[in-house]
Amino acid sequence: MIQTINFLKPNRDNIKNYSIIGACLVLFSLIDVISNAFLKINLTSFLPGSLTSLFPLIIGLIGLNMMRIDYSGNKKLDLLNKNINTNNFNALLTLLILFSIIKAIPQSLSWMILDATISGDSKDACTGTGACWTYIKVWFRRFMYGMYPNEFHWRINTAFILVIALGFVGYFMKENLKKYLALYYVIIYPVIAYLVIYYLISGGSFGLQWVETGAWGGLSLTFIVSFFCLIFCFPLGMIFALGRRSNLPAIKYISICYIEFWRGVPLITVLFMSSVMFPMFLPEDFFMDKLVRVIIAITLFEAAYCAEVIRGGLQSLPRGQYDAAKSLGMGYWKMHIFVILPQALKLVIPGIANTFLALVKDTPLIFVVGLAELAGMLALAKTNPKWLGFAMEGYIFASIVFWIICYAMSKYSYNLEAKYKTER
Amino acid sequence: MNNIIKRYIPQILAILFVVLIFGFLTLNAQTNMDNRGIDFGFGFLSQESSFDVQFSLIEYSGSDSYARAFLVGLLNTLLVSFISIIICTILGVIIGVARLSSNYLIKNSAAWYVEFFRNIPLLLQIFFWYYAALRALPMPEKADAWFGVTYMTVKGYYIPAMVWENLNVFLYCGLAAIIAIIVLRNYANKLRDTQGKQIPVLLYSVGLLIVLPLLSFLFGGVSLEFEIPELKKLSKISYIYEGGISLPPELIALVLALSLYTSTFVAECVRAGIEGVSKGQKEAAASVGLTPNQVLKLVIMPQALRIIIPPTTNQYLNLTKNSSLAAAIAYPDLVLVFAGTALMQTGKAIEIVSITMLTYLTISLTIAAVMNWYNKKIEIKEK
Repeated sequence: MIQTINFLKPNRDNIKNYSIIGACLVLFSLIDVISNAFLKINLTSFLPGSLTSLFPLIIGLIGLNMMRIDYSGNKKLDLLNKNINTNNFNALLTLLILFSIIKAIPQSLSWMILDATISGDSKDACTGTGACWTYIKVWFRRFMYGMYPNEFHWRINTAFILVIALGFVGYFMKENLKKYLALYYVIIYPVIAYLVIYYLISGGSFGLQWVETGAWGGLSLTFIVSFFCLIFCFPLGMIFALGRRSNLPAIKYISICYIEFWRGVPLITVLFMSSVMFPMFLPEDFFMDKLVRVIIAITLFEAAYCAEVIRGGLQSLPRGQYDAAKSLGMGYWKMHIFVILPQALKLVIPGIANTFLALVKDTPLIFVVGLAELAGMLALAKTNPKWLGFAMEGYIFASIVFWIICYAMSKYSYNLEAKYKTER
Repeated sequence: MNNIIKRYIPQILAILFVVLIFGFLTLNAQTNMDNRGIDFGFGFLSQESSFDVQFSLIEYSGSDSYARAFLVGLLNTLLVSFISIIICTILGVIIGVARLSSNYLIKNSAAWYVEFFRNIPLLLQIFFWYYAALRALPMPEKADAWFGVTYMTVKGYYIPAMVWENLNVFLYCGLAAIIAIIVLRNYANKLRDTQGKQIPVLLYSVGLLIVLPLLSFLFGGVSLEFEIPELKKLSKISYIYEGGISLPPELIALVLALSLYTSTFVAECVRAGIEGVSKGQKEAAASVGLTPNQVLKLVIMPQALRIIIPPTTNQYLNLTKNSSLAAAIAYPDLVLVFAGTALMQTGKAIEIVSITMLTYLTISLTIAAVMNWYNKKIEIKEK
């Protein structure tokens, strides 16, 4: 009797046999699935119908069940059991995930790389069954720069490099100039950046040809819009955050109304407002460029979110800071500029980074009012009669581009969060 | 005196500033509208709309009024939000729990799912599903049946329709079951508090929910039939399914994108909520002799839900607002029907955009108010 139980259940004496048999079974199930997916050979074709597809799963489960030995003494086996094989349900999920990954690899690999085409410069080059990356290659400049004239693309590049370089100036400022850092980032930098972008990208003077904003587009427009919205919405958000915490009722309720209004409406209606309703509110004969209107609309919208983030920072400061500043005889503005805001703003940097991430993800929306940034250029390219039928490639390309940008930003904001968390 | 100046001057200036801005804008709008010969007013709402909407929940045709068109749009928005909220909650809870799994593969797959769908702009996801993925589906005549009676085709998803007879009796029975459950729960609570007796409330509740509606079938004259979609030939190469309900591809793309995108945020809320309950609570509950089920139901869930629900409602609100992206793929939601087509036809930009914004604002503020009330209610009352 005891012998039978030993045979069915692993114990210290037969650990080795069990683990080896289990490993072999699991290995066999994996080999079966792999050969099925990659080589299209069905090792278990002798089995009837539906059992063929279930066979690797059953074999794998039995194998994992045999390998599951508590405190076997073998470190690697223990680690494996602890991580993927704690009970039957876990083992089943493990196998399902492994199998689906193996099954997905050959299909996507052959579509994206093996059968794909990238040579040539017209639709005729794409004859294979895979993706047509030629389409992306041919349209690449359009996706990046929109309808901006090809020979002037260096202007956009230069402007971006200049703006980024100016952004890093703060790191290299001399120690005695550091106190002007906030002034630089809040006032001087936006103005310089605006001038750089206006004179370089728009042109019109210094011998540069004028390019109207209707021609701007692609990924560069995404950057321009989100950049301006960020630098403008931050100071505005600060004002409303302070306003909401003010003890003057009129100012407080105006701020609350502002914040709750913008947070309550979707961005798309705000964009509609900027494009169809806002011109009605402007004086006669006063023309405002569509891009400017859109930037103003997104700025007003994001400022409300920014204000809430900053308010969170202000609220998390201990009361003692306010009391201490007041007891030194500081007034409202002195207290906020020298004591409260420097501490609160440091706290909200991760939150602001998150707001900015949301802003970048929202910019493709400007497509609905007719500004052709990346999503808009894709829609344009998709309906081009010479390039019909490549929507998939286009959207996968755009998704990858945005994913890389947003993922990098979210990782960065996560790092910031970790960095500032430990300091307090 | 000095204090009064300090207190009132800024407020007066702020109010003056707001009034001036609004006055300036109104004045401009007045002159602009006079010049273009447009008059301000909401009379157009009762006029005949004379445009058609492809998909609507209520009866609607071109001879109905603009107000009804507004209602059609609003209902479509609510429909897509409702379906997406249900799906994203289910997905979000599964993924959120999976992120806390002890299984290395499950944990990491869930983490990658979140990172993947969260970092792609929603508009691109909608476009991807609508223009790329759903366009690759088979034509109606080549489609295979899913679950035997439903057909997923490039023209939409066809599902059987339910044909009810005496539906109201059935609904009354359902209502009666719900009332009975509430009464039962109260009674069970009272019994537990006064005599310490436990009744398996859940079992009884499920039983009531099944038995009462079932009785209505047997004795109330309620009957249910399914109308199964059938393939019909329109012309030589064009086929269509008739009968049943057809969900347009726009709706499917929108629901897919919205629920996959929002589920990542819900998953993060769920994870944060479960992680937020300290381990000591679980151990303490176990040590006073509660069973694992009771620990989960009476100790962990009430505390985790307190952390989970507020940010999750926020995500539902975001989802509802994000459903306005439907306009980009021509799903007839509030923005497309009202701020798009109706605005194009009437030219009443100010009225229509403000009505649209106010509608969303009302939805948001209502949910926010309910949320605040709920938060106050579940707040830990410290003594």
